[in-house]
Amino acid sequence: MLLTSFLLALRAIRRHLMRSFLTTLGIIIGVAAVVTMVTLGNGATASVKEQISALGSNMLTVRPGAGFGRGGGGGPPRPFEDADVEAVRAQVGGVLHVAPQATTSVTAVYEAQNWSTTVTGTTNDYFAASNFKLSEGRTFSEPEEQAGKSVCVIGDTIRTSLFRDVDPVGASLRLNDISCQVIGVLEKRGQAGPGADQDDQVVMPIKAVMRRLTGNRDIRAFQVAVDPRFDTSAVSASITSLLRERRHLTGNTENDFNIFDAKQISDTLSSATQTMTALLAAVAAVSLVVGGIGIMNIMLVSVTERTREIGIRLAIGAVQREVLMQFLVEAVTLSCLGGIIGLFLALALTIGISSAMHIPFVFDVKINLLAFAFAAAIGIIFGFFPARRAASLNPIEALRHE
Amino acid sequence: MSLIELRGVTKVFGSGQSAFQALKGVDLDIEKGEFVAVMGASGGGKSTTMNILGCLDTPTTGTYRFKGIPVETLTNDQRAMLRRRYLGFVFQGFNLLSRTSALENVELPLIYRGEDRKTRRAAALAALDRVGLLQWADHTPAELSGGQQQRVAIARAIVTQPQVLFADEPTGNLDSERSIEIMELLSALNREQGITIAMVTHEPDMAAYAGTIIRFRDGLVEERIVNKVLA
Ligand SMILES: Nc1ncnc2c1ncn2[C@@H]1O[C@H](COP(=O)(O)OP(=O)(O)O)[C@@H](O)[C@H]1O
Ligand SMILES: [Mg+2]
Repeated sequence: MLLTSFLLALRAIRRHLMRSFLTTLGIIIGVAAVVTMVTLGNGATASVKEQISALGSNMLTVRPGAGFGRGGGGGPPRPFEDADVEAVRAQVGGVLHVAPQATTSVTAVYEAQNWSTTVTGTTNDYFAASNFKLSEGRTFSEPEEQAGKSVCVIGDTIRTSLFRDVDPVGASLRLNDISCQVIGVLEKRGQAGPGADQDDQVVMPIKAVMRRLTGNRDIRAFQVAVDPRFDTSAVSASITSLLRERRHLTGNTENDFNIFDAKQISDTLSSATQTMTALLAAVAAVSLVVGGIGIMNIMLVSVTERTREIGIRLAIGAVQREVLMQFLVEAVTLSCLGGIIGLFLALALTIGISSAMHIPFVFDVKINLLAFAFAAAIGIIFGFFPARRAASLNPIEALRHE
Repeated sequence: MSLIELRGVTKVFGSGQSAFQALKGVDLDIEKGEFVAVMGASGGGKSTTMNILGCLDTPTTGTYRFKGIPVETLTNDQRAMLRRRYLGFVFQGFNLLSRTSALENVELPLIYRGEDRKTRRAAALAALDRVGLLQWADHTPAELSGGQQQRVAIARAIVTQPQVLFADEPTGNLDSERSIEIMELLSALNREQGITIAMVTHEPDMAAYAGTIIRFRDGLVEERIVNKVLA
C-alpha cells in the first residue's frame, strides 16, 4: 500500500509541478537560512577564539602601572626586577613558562634599508609562552642566553621590509649602533588585536638588550603561560598577591601593576559572538516558520482544491487510508526534498561565505538535523490534517465540493 | 434473490427546519444482467437512489442488499471495497482527474486494487480499446472532447470488470450523436459482457436502449415498465 501511495504521490507532484515547487521553495529557504546563519555564526565564534588563542589563551601578561586609564599620578610606573620573575616562576603553582621582557624602540638597518621597530629582550620561554613558531632558523642557545650574545630572531614584517628576497638567517642586522646576527625568523601571525603587529619585532636575549640597548635592568613586562589544567584567574590572583608582597603594597593600596588575561577577553568575545549567533538563528528560525506557514497554506489550499479529486478516488474504490497516505507521502516527499536541497544550499553558501569572510567553516551536525527534522515535521503535520478532513468526507460530498 | 434489492429506502438531507426528504420509501429490484433506465422529473430522487445503489451514500432508513450483503451495515472502507470489486460508476460530469492522461485515469482503479504495472497497463489499454480511444491514451481530459471524456470515464468504470455499472445521466452533457455512441457502447457492454447497467436519463431515445424503465416521482418509484420493443 505504501508503494501505491508513493506512486500516486509522485504522479500528483508531477501533475502540479508549480505548486510542488512553491511548497518546496518555502522549506528550502527556511532550512537554508537557519543552517547558514548558525554555521556562519559558529565559524565567526571559532575565528574569534582562534585569534585569541594565537595571542595565547592561557597566557597572562603582567605589566607595571595600574592598567588602562588609571593611576595617572606618581611618576613612571616601577618596573619589575629579575627577582620578581624568578619568584613567580618558583612560587606560583600552575605556571608553565615565565618570559620577562625588556623592550625598546630601535631603527633596524640592513644594507640600504632601514625600518623602525621594537626590540624585545627576552628568553626562549617567550616563544613557548606566546605560541610563536619559527619559519626558519633556530631559537637562542643556552650559551647565547647566558652570555647575552648579540643574536636575534626577527618577525616576518622585518624580513619582508628589510631582506626582501635575501635569506636573512646568518645575515648581520644593525640595531641603532649595535650589530646582531639573525639566527631565526618567526612564522607570520598577522594582526592579533588592535595595533599589535606581532610580526613587527626583533627578539634578542634579554641580557643583550639590557646591556647594549636599554642600559638598565628594568623588566617592562613579563608573560606567564599557565598550565591549561589550572584556572588563569586563580593563577592571576596568586601572582597579584605575590607581587603586592614583593612591591610592599599593603592594605587598600591599589596595585601598581596590572595583569592582562587573554582567556577572559576570549571568553567575553566568544560569548558575544555566541549571542550574535543566537540572534541570527532566531531571525533564521522565523524564516523557517514562515516557510512552514507557506507549506501549510499551500497544503490547505491544495486539499480544498483537490477535494473533488479525493471524491473521484473514493468513488472508484480508494479507502480513506489510501487517500490520506497519498497526501502524506506527497507532503513528506516535498518537505524532505526541500529540506535536503536546503541543506545543500546552506552547505554551498556557508563554504562560499566563510571563505570570503576568512572565517573557518564549522559544520554543525545538530543544526542540520534540527532544521531538517523541523521541515519534515511541518510537511507531515500540514500534509496530514487537511487531507484527513477531506478523506473522511463521503464520496458524494467530496465530489460536490466546489 | 435479486442482485440489487432496495426495501423501504428513505433519505433525508439536512436536519431540523432545513431537513428535506429526498426518498420516501423506495422499493426496487434489479436482476443480474438487466439494463435499467431510471427516468422522471428533476428532483425526483434519481441521483440520490443511484448514489445509494453505487454504495457512494447510505440510506437514512430502509435496507439495501447487494448480492445479499446488507450495505447499510458496512463501514465506509467496506463500501469502498465493494465499489472497488463489483461496481463501476459513470457520472454526468465525467469526473476524470485533470492533467492526467486517459491511460493513467483508466489505470487508477487498478492501482487501488494493487495490480502490478504490466497488468494495469494491459487492462487499461484493453479498456481504452473497447471504448475506441486507444490512440488517445496519452491525452489529458483537456485535450479530449466531451464524448471522448465520457468514453474514458466508461473505460475507467469497466477496467475492473465490474458486475454492475451505474451511470447518472451519462449523456446529459453530450449532443445527440455523441449520446448515441455512448448508448451503443453501454448496450454492447450489457449484451456482450453481461454487465448489469442502471442508468439515469431524461431522454426517451436513450431509455429505449434499456430493457426496463423505472420512473421516479417525488422520492418514490412511480412505475416500472418493461421495454416491449426489446423484450
Ligand atoms: N446533499 C444534498 N443536500 C440537500 N438536498 C439534496 C442533496 N442532494 C439532493 N438533494 C435534494 O434531494 C432531491 C432529490 O435530488 P436528486 O436525487 O439529485 O434528484 P434527481 O437526480 O432526480 O434530479 C432534490 O430536491 C435535491 O435538491
Ligand atoms: Mg440527478
